[in-house]
Amino acid sequence: MIITVQKPLPEILDSLKDYDNVFIVGCAACATKCQTGGEEAVKKISEELKKAGKKVSGSAVLDTPCDIRVAKRDLKNVSAGVFLILGCGAGVQSVEKVTSAPLVPALDPVFTGTVERIGIYHEYCALCGSCMLAGTGGICPITRCAKSLINGPCGGAVNGKCEADPDSDCAWALILEKTKGKGILKDYMPPRSFIKPKNIGRHKKTTL
Amino acid sequence: MNIFRDKIINGGFSVTAELFPPKGNDASALLKKADFLKPFVDAINVTDNQRASMRLGSMAVSRLIKEMGVEPIMQMTCRDRNRIALQSDLLSASALGIENVLILSGDHPLNGEYKDAKPVYDLDTVQLLTAAGMLIKGTDLAGKNLSGTPSFCLGAVVNPTANPVELQIMMLEKKINAGAVFFQTQPIFDVSQYEDFLGKVRPVTGAQKVRILPGVALLKSAKFVKFLLGLPGVNIPQATVDRIERAPDQLAEGIKICAETISRLRGIADGVHIMAIGMEEHIPEILRQAGIKSK
Repeated sequence: MIITVQKPLPEILDSLKDYDNVFIVGCAACATKCQTGGEEAVKKISEELKKAGKKVSGSAVLDTPCDIRVAKRDLKNVSAGVFLILGCGAGVQSVEKVTSAPLVPALDPVFTGTVERIGIYHEYCALCGSCMLAGTGGICPITRCAKSLINGPCGGAVNGKCEADPDSDCAWALILEKTKGKGILKDYMPPRSFIKPKNIGRHKKTTL
Repeated sequence: MNIFRDKIINGGFSVTAELFPPKGNDASALLKKADFLKPFVDAINVTDNQRASMRLGSMAVSRLIKEMGVEPIMQMTCRDRNRIALQSDLLSASALGIENVLILSGDHPLNGEYKDAKPVYDLDTVQLLTAAGMLIKGTDLAGKNLSGTPSFCLGAVVNPTANPVELQIMMLEKKINAGAVFFQTQPIFDVSQYEDFLGKVRPVTGAQKVRILPGVALLKSAKFVKFLLGLPGVNIPQATVDRIERAPDQLAEGIKICAETISRLRGIADGVHIMAIGMEEHIPEILRQAGIKSK
């Protein structure tokens, strides 16, 4: 799921400074699981805005604000001075499609996360467009190697730990352990393509 | 005449040193050191924004020392440039007469002074060696023909002390297959450990004409030894630590130890890469004690 963190309140208030009648949009999907955009988060930020002298005209937690159809269905009759969106960038930009009112994001999207438990997330997938996990024992070198090296480790890995973060395991040490030397380990991996596959539905943007 | 390349191809004990470009455009101190080292070494590595800090460029400094008659080994990391810039810089280096190129991943930006910088690594070392190999054969990575083909003596690094050793051997093999003909290593303090490593890599290097130049560092003081021991993966035998600590003149003892290490490596290694880390003026004395004559 998309991991988000809330922006600092002063930054949110600064973005809202020219507007009033704030309508808060929450997210019942990823941001609820992250505790950054569910009912409780909406309630909390609503109180903080009121305390800062802002008028809050209403709120709604959308099932999936990143779905334009859902945003249209739930927001078409809402009139607001500004929408404050507690969702990821996909959510903000789906709301942009259904309103001409100004938009302010309340969250910073950080990565696609694997959830261990609430608050403990792992950045394991970069949505790179070309999954190589079949050959690497299910361990992704794009996300789990600090340099995203796909032919093997750098010289900085010491005793199975990463040079950029000694608390992290070297992805290639994990891959070696998991695959016991089989898989793609010995193959030459050519340079990655940064063009994403085309024709995913009517998906238009093809580059990262 | 590139003595360094000649020894890599035909054999002979190679001696290399390394110099760090300054922060700023005044290379005079570095050039003075290069000139001083000229009679004693076959080539000098010029580092590429070492420790992920911003410095005068490796290509410019390599050219400057080349003009003085010192053979440069231009270091090139994958950290800061994408495949377009890397290949273009290889062509540029060749146009400036630079032949020896050492290819490395490069220290991660998080370990340097620009922690927020984008870590590029568009190509990894194996892919960059492959790209350089293609340039030599007359095309670029995209398969387009070149007008004029560069000539490179390509090198890479291997870490004999890093675990797991299987991964180091795998990378060594991949780099050899991608065209690396020489290797330089992190500093070796324990010659028997290096011998073990050589035994393990022989199945990979045996049939191929590759030369490995182990790194040797000058342990200039007990304080420096302590600093090194705090770095991950540095293994200095206790006997060596004790010798430096007990010596009345720690620098003289460090020079002696460095020379002894080189003497011992002389029987088993293809050469040495001396890392004097700011104390390059002692390299001639180290080599004299190791019994290596200047050119």
